[in-house]
Amino acid sequence: MTAAIAITTSGGFLLVLSVLLPVAGIILSLVTGGRYASSITLGLTPFGFALACAIAFCVGRTGNPVTYAIGGLPPPLGIALRADGASAVMLVVTAMILSAAALYAREKFTTRRGGGESRSALTFWIMLQAIWAALTIIFVGGDLFNLYVALELLTFAAVPLVCIDGRAETLAAALRYLLFALFGSISYLLGVALFYGAHGTLDIQLLAHRVEPTPVVWTAAALMTAGLLAKTALFPLHLWLPPAHANAPAAASAVLSGLVVKGSFFLALRLWFYVLPELPTGQAVAVLGGLGSAAVIAGGVLALRQARLKLLIAYSTVSQIGYLFLVFPLAAGAQAWSTIGWSAGLMQVVAHAFAKAAMFLAAGVLAEAAGHDQIAKLGGAARALPLTFLTLALGGLSLIGLPLSGGFSAKWLMLQASVASGQWVWSIPILAGGLLAAGYMYRVLAPALSDGEISMQSPPRRCPQAVALALTMIALALGFAPQAFFDFIEIGRPLVGAS
Amino acid sequence: MSPSTLAGLVGATLVGLGLYGLVLHPHPLRKLLAFNVIGNGVFLVFGIIARRGAAAGLSFDPVPQAMVITGIVVAFAASALAVALILGLYSEAGRVTLDPDAWTKPGPEEGK
Repeated sequence: MTAAIAITTSGGFLLVLSVLLPVAGIILSLVTGGRYASSITLGLTPFGFALACAIAFCVGRTGNPVTYAIGGLPPPLGIALRADGASAVMLVVTAMILSAAALYAREKFTTRRGGGESRSALTFWIMLQAIWAALTIIFVGGDLFNLYVALELLTFAAVPLVCIDGRAETLAAALRYLLFALFGSISYLLGVALFYGAHGTLDIQLLAHRVEPTPVVWTAAALMTAGLLAKTALFPLHLWLPPAHANAPAAASAVLSGLVVKGSFFLALRLWFYVLPELPTGQAVAVLGGLGSAAVIAGGVLALRQARLKLLIAYSTVSQIGYLFLVFPLAAGAQAWSTIGWSAGLMQVVAHAFAKAAMFLAAGVLAEAAGHDQIAKLGGAARALPLTFLTLALGGLSLIGLPLSGGFSAKWLMLQASVASGQWVWSIPILAGGLLAAGYMYRVLAPALSDGEISMQSPPRRCPQAVALALTMIALALGFAPQAFFDFIEIGRPLVGAS
Repeated sequence: MSPSTLAGLVGATLVGLGLYGLVLHPHPLRKLLAFNVIGNGVFLVFGIIARRGAAAGLSFDPVPQAMVITGIVVAFAASALAVALILGLYSEAGRVTLDPDAWTKPGPEEGK
């Protein structure tokens, strides 16, 4: 890979289109109102998916990142958009999960013919598209300040989704989320200021060539990382996540847990593996790995103690986010094992996104049909809602890391990397997290499969159940991902071609 | 002490004071004000970088100033959203607290 300044490559305009598409949808929805917002969003999702696939195709065909210099000005004067293998995969995953969430929410947030428009419907569809736009910019952005703005857009789109029903409890959860996120964003911004002051550019590729292990670079990296950890809800900054994700409507929870926390995690990957890969980061990545291990254990233990299904799934997200941060020690450097660690990390991001989105959607079906989601009162629910509990069980399979699921591939690769690199200490949280996940999944499935009569308030609808099941099937199918997938996510990663 | 060093120290102090307020004050409105204090400290740091930077041989570097304007707009939007949430919470519950246990005790779902 050459270190040439980014210029527009063939297919670069696809990146611009993929950002503009959801933004155009937002403007159209605002103009036409809540009545048409759902049709606009649902109509745009196939195009967004096609664009993401086209970008992935361009990256895969050339084996190099697709770049676009905005206004024809190359960095440092202009701003570059850049999609490598990892971003292309994330774009496709985002399009798939957002489409699923939109299909699931179609009936709940719709305006009946002849009925009045509801504000929640308009808010839901506009914020869904805003999340899509912000995530797209995060995945293809090549400039740290641009990424800051995208991160803020993501927060401003995610917070209203939490409190869409306007109850006091959800408003408090949204406010907590917003305050944590504000701390995160201002900390990130201070880091950006220091980077610019020290090296005069914020373009990721240019910065990677200029950074040196000076105190100012370490301070900037620490500030940005702390901010991103608050937004990703890594233990001990996870306090906002469970109430926010558990109180949102099911479709929103799926997007928040599956995708939104991955946005800020992706920026942490960008910072440590694209801006700072040449620096000796050994101790810093060990700290991140340690926090990740603590999150795996603490999230799992807290999930075991929850009385509500959605809270349990939310704490399980805290635990699975911990796994993501084990990537930092396991993929650092340019050794043979760091490739395995990188594959494991990306696989965990993708597998968790699908499995967790599916589980939140299934929990939503259950809560709607039964009128509550108290685990203790689920006796006999599996007989009443077989498809929903199949979804929960199969999603749990991937979270636990049982064979032939995406979660298994991710955790197996993580174990391989930890053994190959001699950092066997990381295998303890990897295995303990799987046991804890098995424990909390048992807590859900055992009462549901037992004898008992659960009273159904309304018959379950078929479409949402099918959507959730399809997502969990994808999470399982990831266990069969071929080597080509792992080669693809290496495209554009620094240090791989160089060593 | 040069003016930019002084401004840098003031910026650092503002960030420190704001962080203290953000962590220790329980009331959301005070936390929001503390966030704005941190924000002003960060914007001051951007100002010094614009003064010092001059990467292209100019006496002022315009890029950090452009960033500050964007940053101020973002912070303003964030504050507006937070105030809206605080007001909504007050009109809905009659009090404003971030304590999650305050809401789970009656249990909105259990009444059904």
